[in-house]
Amino acid sequence: MADLLEVKGLETRFKTRDGMVHAVNGVSFNIKEGETLGVVGESACGKTVTMLSLLRLIPTPPGKIAAGTAHFQGSDLLTMTEEEIRHVRGARISMVFQDPMTSFNPVLTIGRQLTEPLELHLGMSQAQARERAVELMRMVNIPKAEDHLNDYPHQFSGGMRQRVMIAMALSCTPQVLIADEPTTALDVTIQAQIIELVKRLRDEIGMAVIWITHDLGIIAGLAKRVLVMYAGYIIEEAPVKELYGNPLHPYTLGLIGSLPRLDETQRRRLVSIDGLPPTLYEKPNYCPFAPRCTYAYERCWKENPLLLPVGVDHRAACWVDVKSGSHRE
Amino acid sequence: MSDNNILLRVENLVKYFPITRGIIIQRQIGAVHAVDDISFFIRRGETFGLVGESGCGKSTTGRTVLQLYRPTSGHVFFEDTDLTTLKPEKMRLMRRRMQMIFQDPYASLNPRMTVGEIVGEPLVVHEVAQGAAVEERVDQLLSLVGLNPAFSNRYPHEFSGGQRQRIGVARALALQPALIVCDEPISALDVSIQAQVVNLLEDLQGQFGLTYLFIAHDLSMVRHISNRVAVMYLGIIVELANRDELYSHPLHPYTQALMSAVPVADPLVEEKRHRIILEGDVPSPVNPPSGCRFRTRCPLAREICAEKVPEWREVSPMHWVACHMV
Repeated sequence: MADLLEVKGLETRFKTRDGMVHAVNGVSFNIKEGETLGVVGESACGKTVTMLSLLRLIPTPPGKIAAGTAHFQGSDLLTMTEEEIRHVRGARISMVFQDPMTSFNPVLTIGRQLTEPLELHLGMSQAQARERAVELMRMVNIPKAEDHLNDYPHQFSGGMRQRVMIAMALSCTPQVLIADEPTTALDVTIQAQIIELVKRLRDEIGMAVIWITHDLGIIAGLAKRVLVMYAGYIIEEAPVKELYGNPLHPYTLGLIGSLPRLDETQRRRLVSIDGLPPTLYEKPNYCPFAPRCTYAYERCWKENPLLLPVGVDHRAACWVDVKSGSHRE
Repeated sequence: MSDNNILLRVENLVKYFPITRGIIIQRQIGAVHAVDDISFFIRRGETFGLVGESGCGKSTTGRTVLQLYRPTSGHVFFEDTDLTTLKPEKMRLMRRRMQMIFQDPYASLNPRMTVGEIVGEPLVVHEVAQGAAVEERVDQLLSLVGLNPAFSNRYPHEFSGGQRQRIGVARALALQPALIVCDEPISALDVSIQAQVVNLLEDLQGQFGLTYLFIAHDLSMVRHISNRVAVMYLGIIVELANRDELYSHPLHPYTQALMSAVPVADPLVEEKRHRIILEGDVPSPVNPPSGCRFRTRCPLAREICAEKVPEWREVSPMHWVACHMV
């Protein structure tokens, strides 16, 4: 299948009082139609900024997309006019945000917020849009949908709000849904509801999903391919089973080792990654993970490794072959 | 099981928070049933896990155990002393033996105090040490939790989340307590940092024979760290058992659903897993359902569940559950 979205060399920076923050440093990836891509990383690794850059939702200034292209169905999202990108945002690529408490407008009814994109993008009349809004709310299992159209966001629980958020994102049947930690603020039983919902809708609509999370568990059951990000770089990319079965970057290894498992029977010591993630005030000319890496040697401090193929569909950015401990060319 | 091996015993603990109306003349118009008749004990040197979703009363339980909230009714025995009837000055003496680590490392450290002052404060307040002895002890505590003692003149904002949580741990250790209530100590931290803090807690337990009441919503982490685990739902404990027993044979439908909802970081396992998806949301603790509190979301609920509160019973040795259907 053809690539639906192809991102190349994306760089995003923020000018702050303390200096330039290099949030995204040359990120390249692609996604095919109907595919689910997982993006994993800890706070401030650039996963959200990458996605916001694609939709041009970076506040400029202080933010700036410094380089890169993002081809979506033949046109470059990064060079489109404001007018053009507005027809993509919410219609063909839509996004669900992390915090269901703050991502709604508190002074508009749920119904109004659901009908707005329908009227703007699809040119529906008010009556049509209301009818469609009720359908959408039913689709995401909101009981008695008609009665809730005139409710305000604060009258909904967190799980219900996130479901409405998903309904809103799917209202114009987008080709790509970007879900930015949509379940992080929710309890596990509600998280399970939301994941099942997105899986079902993904299969019904056939859209591609980019799921951003820090939880390796969620990705394991959801994504087909995974990107691991660290300090604004993609440091490993692999199909999901390959990544968990055969992680080849020391950071990925550490992340997987630091997780206790629900099905753990032997008590073992968790593998912790020493130290802290780097500040992003300078773009390092060495491997950004080197200060915390147990495999690091001379070269890691001199050259930042490129993301290079290390297996079938498997790329990693590391000068060390963690399997054998030998150094790569 | 001899009695002197039990450090903490909680009996029929109840904590309601009143809801009032009116500004000058306040009338009580209801109550949040935060904790509603729970009983458990914790053995010396063990880690007792308390899990549940937000609003289930697990943090209230932790705070009521330490008498930071006065219980509405019920008893908390620490060794053989009933904390609920202690006079304030006696309670102050008891507090040396029980400490707390809080969830939010950003909010639980005073931003205007240096790390040395924060960690040393319990020593000064309880008049355990003075002057140079405080500084010496602070340095010792900081190195114990993996921080450089030279940092004792710095302020909390100069530290990362994981380091701040270490400061919180050092403060809790200052008075050499027997019991530490850990209230979601890692949930505000990144994954790679969580492991650092959990390993630290385990090391300290081995070194000082500490007893932990470990409150968390992360079931995998609770399994990792606990010896015994209690599951809370809407103010009550629905199931309590040894760790492996609970995770391999969960009996209560809520425990089963909760376990099945937790994702496992292994695609091969995830492929084969069966998920129990609970409908709806947790009801309000102001007006909890009659009978069994879980019945509104329970896939097994029958008539009796609305009529009668299920009995808290030991179904197999050391495995308690409150459910009509078990």
